[in-house]
Amino acid sequence: MSLVEKIGTTDTPLLKVAGLSKHYGARIGCADVNFDLYPGEVLGIVGESGSGKSTLLSCLAGHQRPDTGQIAYDGRDILAMSESERRRLGRTDWAYVHQNPRDGLRMGVSAGGNVGERLMAVGARHYGDIRGKATDWLGRVEITTDRIDDRPSSFSGGMQQRLQIARNLVTGPRLVFMDEPTGGLDVSVQARLLDLLRGLVRDLGLSVVIVTHDLAVVRLLAHRLMVMQGGRVIEQGLTDQVLDDPQHAYSQLLVSSVLQV
Amino acid sequence: MKDDSTAEAYNFAYLDEQTKRMIRRAILKGLAVPGYQVPFASREMPMPYGWGTGGVQVTAACLVPEDRLKVIDQGADDTTNAVSIRKFFSRTAGVATTERTQDATLIQTRHRIPETPLHVGQILVYQVPIPEPLRFLEPRETETRKMHELEEYGLMHVKLYEDIARHGQIATSYDYPVMVEGRYVMDPSPIPKFDNPKLSGSPAIQLFGAGREQRIYALPPFTKVVSLDFDDHPFQPSKAAHDCDLCGAARSYLDEVITDDQGGRMFVCSDTDFCAGRREMGHKGRLWAPETEGAA
Amino acid sequence: MIRIENLSKSFTLHNQDGAVIPVMVGAHLTVAPGECVGLIGQSGAGKSTLMRMVWGNYLTAGGSIHIGMLDVARAAPRDIIALRRDTLGYVSQFLRVVPRVPTLNVVAEPLLALGTPAPKARARAADLLQRLNIPERLWTLSPTTFSGGEQQRVNIARGFAHDYPALLVDEPTASLDAANREVVLELILEAKARGAAILGIFHDEGARSRVCDRVVDVTGFTPKAAA
Repeated sequence: MSLVEKIGTTDTPLLKVAGLSKHYGARIGCADVNFDLYPGEVLGIVGESGSGKSTLLSCLAGHQRPDTGQIAYDGRDILAMSESERRRLGRTDWAYVHQNPRDGLRMGVSAGGNVGERLMAVGARHYGDIRGKATDWLGRVEITTDRIDDRPSSFSGGMQQRLQIARNLVTGPRLVFMDEPTGGLDVSVQARLLDLLRGLVRDLGLSVVIVTHDLAVVRLLAHRLMVMQGGRVIEQGLTDQVLDDPQHAYSQLLVSSVLQV
Repeated sequence: MKDDSTAEAYNFAYLDEQTKRMIRRAILKGLAVPGYQVPFASREMPMPYGWGTGGVQVTAACLVPEDRLKVIDQGADDTTNAVSIRKFFSRTAGVATTERTQDATLIQTRHRIPETPLHVGQILVYQVPIPEPLRFLEPRETETRKMHELEEYGLMHVKLYEDIARHGQIATSYDYPVMVEGRYVMDPSPIPKFDNPKLSGSPAIQLFGAGREQRIYALPPFTKVVSLDFDDHPFQPSKAAHDCDLCGAARSYLDEVITDDQGGRMFVCSDTDFCAGRREMGHKGRLWAPETEGAA
Repeated sequence: MIRIENLSKSFTLHNQDGAVIPVMVGAHLTVAPGECVGLIGQSGAGKSTLMRMVWGNYLTAGGSIHIGMLDVARAAPRDIIALRRDTLGYVSQFLRVVPRVPTLNVVAEPLLALGTPAPKARARAADLLQRLNIPERLWTLSPTTFSGGEQQRVNIARGFAHDYPALLVDEPTASLDAANREVVLELILEAKARGAAILGIFHDEGARSRVCDRVVDVTGFTPKAAA
């Protein structure tokens, strides 16, 4: 199904979040978060450290359990699911790109094995086919196929991050969670990665929730933006609107703090 | 061979009765859920970890005075460990011992399954170093437990994939992972993959004990056990392409013995009882001569 | 096609003690299909502000902006994204691109986003780039290293890749030589001819008189003038 068809005709959100809250004792992790995400949309979540964006992401991705609220994916109640179902979702329909690629890869397994793991986890049992798909995906993330049997420990940071992306996308997920995917990469490497992500989002019609503190990344990648402060969403809207015409005091501060190059 | 001299100093088979009950409960649980690793409270044994404490505890819990015990290590009855453990039970349980597989009621083994087919009523106890088949790929116990609970075994095939990518074939030659009754992936202990087919459909009860890791698991008789593989790289129970030089057996697992410093070598059955039995029946290998008996 | 009614805008600068700056009040404007309306008024009078509100880049303080049936001032972000994809085009003053993307792909992107097959999208992009005198050897390079004028022309090519029914153009002929200015004006006239409603800012009087059917002075919407 082409991207146009996906965006144009679907009226049901792929992800629907209502009243989501998570507390750590008396401290607010995130509070009363509401949003809808449609197929093919990229939602950026920005805020400084401690804003609650990482807590929100981990609640959405099922790494933590929120205290209140609802999360519906494709009409299914995520919080009511069994752990087995949620984990299965995490291996097929969902993807999670960690900030540090080492957290999202098996460093002791070859690049091909890393990419093939999700396939094997859902029952692929033909070595030749698995290897073929792994080769294909390495190509798509611009890793030369002669590295397929090398371990990620021998890769550069940018390469590891691209491998993590390939590993996550091989089963054709529809929703991708990204936690600071360009953090720790140098600028030119970031540019390459962002370009790659944009292309994949468009070609595969992915929905993405991306958490970052880097406004340049969201401007490039996100259609919509949520600004968080102190655990709450203080502003949300079109990315370019929030960045060019911020309404909330904190958003204005955030935008004006960006260094101009 | 019985040794009653210090029998009064020990409870039957060394362990106290409560411990034996605890281990038996674990064994019954293991038999009820084939391939599932049951935690148990492993006791301090008079031998260090890594020397078969798990197997010894399982054997101790199973033994009754009427048992006839066989102990093998890498197929041989006469290596140090096999001898020590046999003596241990001889002393603490006073049970009869034997080297003949078909005469034994309980066989404790390290890293081999006897060639002679087992029959109903026999118990085979395996010594297991690392019970968790996923351990080397996933070091976190919390994760591996989840994987077993939720049947998430993709990682197991990753291991095999890595083998093929690195060596052109599945190079795992022992400790080859198996799927039990289509539910649990199990580590069969470091037996050669040649022995894997014997795990499946065996008339004997097979018990696995890991003392240091504190796990017991089991295969009740006639359990279906399948070795993992890929559709285009099927499992091969391979062995050295030789016959036994002593008894001529074509289908038994062989030990390679270096005979001199010019590269001379011979291949002999790893299962000493099996080999001796064949020779008794008149089978002869390439290098068999009556004078060489005992020299191998 | 474009209908602005009673539009107002103010900025609240929280970091300057919450100073409220009203910049527009009671703006009215319509652009019919096939029409080109030019916004005039001195610098700072609100021309770009008005454009940005129509684009959805700025929020409004009151009033409505109808592009066809959709009121941009009240629309959900989703709907504005869809609007920008197939109905409303924007040729801004500055080119903002993702680094590393070749010029041809930059220009083809609006068509690719609509699901146009890649070869067709790229052919149209090539066509436009040629008209705008961007040499073919530059098509595989990212425009981030181009001169200001070249970047502007790439920007324009991208803006005209898809036949938008409504188009916003902000200083499209700035920093262009006479020949290229002519090409841009032709593109605008062609868009008009096919029925597009165009709202534009042209500092160049000559350009304005060539393409605009009428002008609207935004000074009339400045709060000081109203008071």
